[in-house]
Amino acid sequence: MSDRYKEAPVRVGADIGGTFTDIALEAGGEIYSAKLLTTADAPEKAVLEGIAIVLKQAELQFADIDHVIHGTTLATNALIERRGAKTALVTTKGFRDVIEMRFENRFEQYDLNIVLPPPLIARTDRLVAGGRISAEGDELEALDEAALVKIATLIEERGYQSIAVGFIHAYANPAHEQRARDIFRTHLPDISISISSEVSPQMREFERFNTVCANAYIRPRMDEYLARLETGLAGLGATGPLYMIHSGGGLISVETARAFPVRLIESGPAGGAIYAANYAGRFALEKVLSYDMGGTTAKICLIDNAVPETARSFEVARTTRFKKGSGMPISIPVIEMVEIGAGGGSLASVDSMQRIQVGPESAGSDPGPACYQNGGEHPAITDADLVLGKIDPDNFAGGDIILSLEAAETAIHDHIGKNQRLNREAAAFGICEMVDENMANAARVHAVESGKDISATTMIAFGGAAPLHAARLCEKLGVSRCLIPPGAGIGSAIGFLRAPFAYEAVRTQVMRLSAFDAAMVNTILNDLREAATGFVKPTTNATIDNQAIVYMRYQGQGWEIPVEIPNQKFVTNDQQLFHDNFHSAYARFFGRAIEGLDGLEIEIVTWSVKAISSQPPLEPITLIEGTRDAAILSDRMIFDPVAMKYVSAAIFERAKLTTGDKVNGPAVIVENETSTIITSSFDAVMQQDGSILLNRKQGDQT
Amino acid sequence: MTSTGLDNIRMQVMWNRLISVVEEQALTLIRTAFSTSVREAGDLSAGIFDRQGRMVAQAVTGTPGHVNAMAESVLHFLNEIPSDQIFEGDCYVTNDPWKGTGHLHDITMVAPSHLDGKLVGFFACTAHVVDIGGRGFGADGKSVYEEGIQIPIMKFVERGEVNQNLIHILRVNVRQPNQLVGDFYSLAACNEVGHRRLVDMMRESGLTDIEDLAEFIFARSRQATLDKINQLPRGSFENDLTIDGYDEPLYLATKLTISEDNVHADFSGTSPISRWGINVPLVYTKAYSGYGLKCAIAPEVPNNTASLAPFTVSAPEGCILNAVRPAPVALRHITGHMLPDLVMGALDKSDPGKMPAEGAGSIWNLHISARPVAGTKGRHAEVLMFNSGGSGARAELDGLNATAFPSGVMTMPIEATEHTGPIVVWRKELRPGSGGAGRQRGGLGQIIEIGALDGHEFDFSAMFDRIQYPPRGRNGGANGQNGAVYLNDGTKMRAKGWQFVPSGKRIVLELPGGGGNGDPTARSNDALKRDLAGDYLDEVEIREAYDRSPDEF
Repeated sequence: MSDRYKEAPVRVGADIGGTFTDIALEAGGEIYSAKLLTTADAPEKAVLEGIAIVLKQAELQFADIDHVIHGTTLATNALIERRGAKTALVTTKGFRDVIEMRFENRFEQYDLNIVLPPPLIARTDRLVAGGRISAEGDELEALDEAALVKIATLIEERGYQSIAVGFIHAYANPAHEQRARDIFRTHLPDISISISSEVSPQMREFERFNTVCANAYIRPRMDEYLARLETGLAGLGATGPLYMIHSGGGLISVETARAFPVRLIESGPAGGAIYAANYAGRFALEKVLSYDMGGTTAKICLIDNAVPETARSFEVARTTRFKKGSGMPISIPVIEMVEIGAGGGSLASVDSMQRIQVGPESAGSDPGPACYQNGGEHPAITDADLVLGKIDPDNFAGGDIILSLEAAETAIHDHIGKNQRLNREAAAFGICEMVDENMANAARVHAVESGKDISATTMIAFGGAAPLHAARLCEKLGVSRCLIPPGAGIGSAIGFLRAPFAYEAVRTQVMRLSAFDAAMVNTILNDLREAATGFVKPTTNATIDNQAIVYMRYQGQGWEIPVEIPNQKFVTNDQQLFHDNFHSAYARFFGRAIEGLDGLEIEIVTWSVKAISSQPPLEPITLIEGTRDAAILSDRMIFDPVAMKYVSAAIFERAKLTTGDKVNGPAVIVENETSTIITSSFDAVMQQDGSILLNRKQGDQT
Repeated sequence: MTSTGLDNIRMQVMWNRLISVVEEQALTLIRTAFSTSVREAGDLSAGIFDRQGRMVAQAVTGTPGHVNAMAESVLHFLNEIPSDQIFEGDCYVTNDPWKGTGHLHDITMVAPSHLDGKLVGFFACTAHVVDIGGRGFGADGKSVYEEGIQIPIMKFVERGEVNQNLIHILRVNVRQPNQLVGDFYSLAACNEVGHRRLVDMMRESGLTDIEDLAEFIFARSRQATLDKINQLPRGSFENDLTIDGYDEPLYLATKLTISEDNVHADFSGTSPISRWGINVPLVYTKAYSGYGLKCAIAPEVPNNTASLAPFTVSAPEGCILNAVRPAPVALRHITGHMLPDLVMGALDKSDPGKMPAEGAGSIWNLHISARPVAGTKGRHAEVLMFNSGGSGARAELDGLNATAFPSGVMTMPIEATEHTGPIVVWRKELRPGSGGAGRQRGGLGQIIEIGALDGHEFDFSAMFDRIQYPPRGRNGGANGQNGAVYLNDGTKMRAKGWQFVPSGKRIVLELPGGGGNGDPTARSNDALKRDLAGDYLDEVEIREAYDRSPDEF
């Protein structure tokens, strides 16, 4: 190992996505990266190959790696493609169909031929046993152990590979689930068992049962994969530990990941949010909107004080046009993101109201957009970007792919322009406006759901297609600053390197404030603190901090809001503290707390404690103003959405810009992976670390 | 490029934006409402209207029943509130069943939206509240006067000042005043959010009114709807349907007339109004028959005044589908939810083989009023549950198991329900064998079993139908199974009205399955094999209804 790496650890981030596997290696303050096609049959292959490539770049060996941080879409894909273990669900008698009956509603109100997503575990594989716990956690009926023994026999006969146990109210009292696990362990020592009170001790049976089913379903496969990866790394000489990134954006040990693989779902996108959060922290940006747009989808996440917004549940594996309700709920702590079917490959069409519609259908990489000339006939966003001059046809992907402007124009004319009686440019503009509006709407609705003011945020844009659309999106959202960091094409893998060791333990226990029981509060929080810390401690020597959040509501409401509480021991008088914190959180969410309803009870529903390793202080970067105008490389005509016409735009090369260089919109900053569009209402300043900062021009009203 | 071309794009973009505005409006209501039916079940609607009171856009929410109903209600407000009495910061309210959405439990609020002092349009929203006083949510009122407090069209807020007198009157008239007042504020806040978003949008786009945008939306929607109607065979097609009713069966009849630019449903011949609260104001008849027709004919066109206009209804005054004041109407959904089956059955005659079979229809609401057994201590609570039977088999697909149609409301987690009151849900799962046999099988109903916690007892309000008259199959498919209500000791219970369940006993509900579609003998062996493996039906049914031997698979 060369001397220059001796100071800081050598760390590798590896992100397996649906199409690409991204590797980022950090050593001596430098980032080395590689992008490979994902090897679906043996995903560890691309990871190991990619690591070998970046090691070579950095002149290092596998033995030099201090640790590898890994995130993967494999868990998500196993659910989407329904490729998991033969799994049995053992559940409370009388509730065999909870995961099939779902919410008893239709996610598409007007479609008579709607197809609901099938349950993860078929009815044949759902087995029931008597025994009942009440909402208060009392035993109403003893567990039918004889039935469980019979079920164990059946499980063996039928050859199940994995067992999920989900009993009603197990979050309030896990005794029956634990006893069931003991019985199964005795009879079936080799089969993996997941119980809902451990995987997701939250109220709401459909969500909890589905979560434990998902965990059991993907567990054997993830277990095998992780073993192969560890063996592969060791075989190449790596000695440092492997850590996994989880959906909440923290690192956990491989052992924890093997027991709770459901926590690996959406770990890739979580890396993107951490990447953005890291920049938010370094640039001291208080309120941030992270915007990640790739080939098939765009993801939006709100970040306050460098911490991405989190939630206790989310929906994965949507079956119909990314429609809410068409997937399955997973109730685990997660970085909250909105995903929309809007990416470079998203296809445009005209609907029966003669409106231009974009996505979620995507041209993917094969055949790809029409301009790839690879058989794609329908126009994609990339085609529209090309026609509007946002992409240089001769310099796409560093000149690796030559794009056909003519093919893009033809596709846009045939499928959009002809019908809309618009010329090619106007039709292309229409396509971009629609997709930008869709993204803006999703961001606005998400901000309402989170009680945030979107126009007060700074956008951080990354992913291949984001810099092409970020400025217009800012215009639509009233956002006046946008940061485009370097290396944005592998944002998630870099994000992994910035993640803390962290685990969030969550549990439902309903408590009315009028019956505030300080001793019980302390017990609940202590238990959660110990559980969360227990997952983090073995992985790090750093100090571990705890953060506590409770989810509260007015009694009668169905929606709880997160309320931060101090990490301390509580006494009876602290009832007031919970009350006051709830009121200010409520006012932040909904404009005002409800007044004049003194008789209305407030209750705590769910409790959460996060254990997080303290991070080395971030190297601050000062935002700088532009000092001098940058050198113009050339110019070309691009369509300006505010002026609604083609304007001459100066072209700059990102690699040639230096700190403090100022670029006046309309302009384009080109780089190998993408281009940054600066519309006429923005200018841009090159930052010290290579980030581009877009600033709304003074006095601009759009 | 031409300015008309760009205008066209601008209009399309703003249309999308307007839909987002009403979604944000609806979301605010869902997040802040107290009413169980809104927050958990999505029983609400929200929309934006132009200055003339025409609905321009509406949020896609759980309840078709509010759709046309709310679309028309704004016109009633405009008729009753003189234009010189409309001020910035106002919010108007009513729960008039004939001017709102069909029963007193639905509160409709309308607020004007001003930009720079000029009226540009209105926001309206509707939500179902838990309690509105009177006899409680049930069919037992003899007239609307017994069903709760009536709020005529009036101002809830004038220039930002809440009408405290109204609040005082409401508080003493309902059982859960805090929740009702909370819901009133929530409804007003939801319109306020819509207004703010609209102003943002208009400023960004440089609009001073939304008239041109509304015309654009109406023109496109009207044309898309008419294009679909044009593809239908012209003529008149009849259908009828019998349901249980309260104490005697109800006969529902329709004659559907399809012309070039209109689909009209006439309900002449339908039974007269009932003495019980299952009568339907015409506005609600229009809502649900319109919903059924729209699903079948033009499902992808967004709801607005122009897309709804080609669907019209008529019913003789005094029949159960055009009940007039003071008829009791609290449970108008029981009858109204059957209307999609009725009109789709008529539509099927115009072009056979495409419509689904009949389903469970009305949602099985259950209101439980629990208390400690006399002389003991315990909890009092009102608990509301929404449960769904099976839907009818489609032409190419099986019916949906235990899924609401036509209602779109969600069920609630039983774990949350058991926190609400001292009851235990012992069983809530699919009801095997209840789906009508057919090439496509009807959706299964479900079985629910509920008892009180030790030391408690309860009354429940039954609001169930399809117990005597099951959902009918189509094209040779068999009927779905009837519903049933009884105690676990076998005591038969009534399908409607308040009844008592003593401590230690449990009420059992068997919800109807949907009708089958097509000849059962044409069902594939693969499908039957799956049905048998999952106990969706048993061997006896495979032999008897499907004329197959399980040994064949």
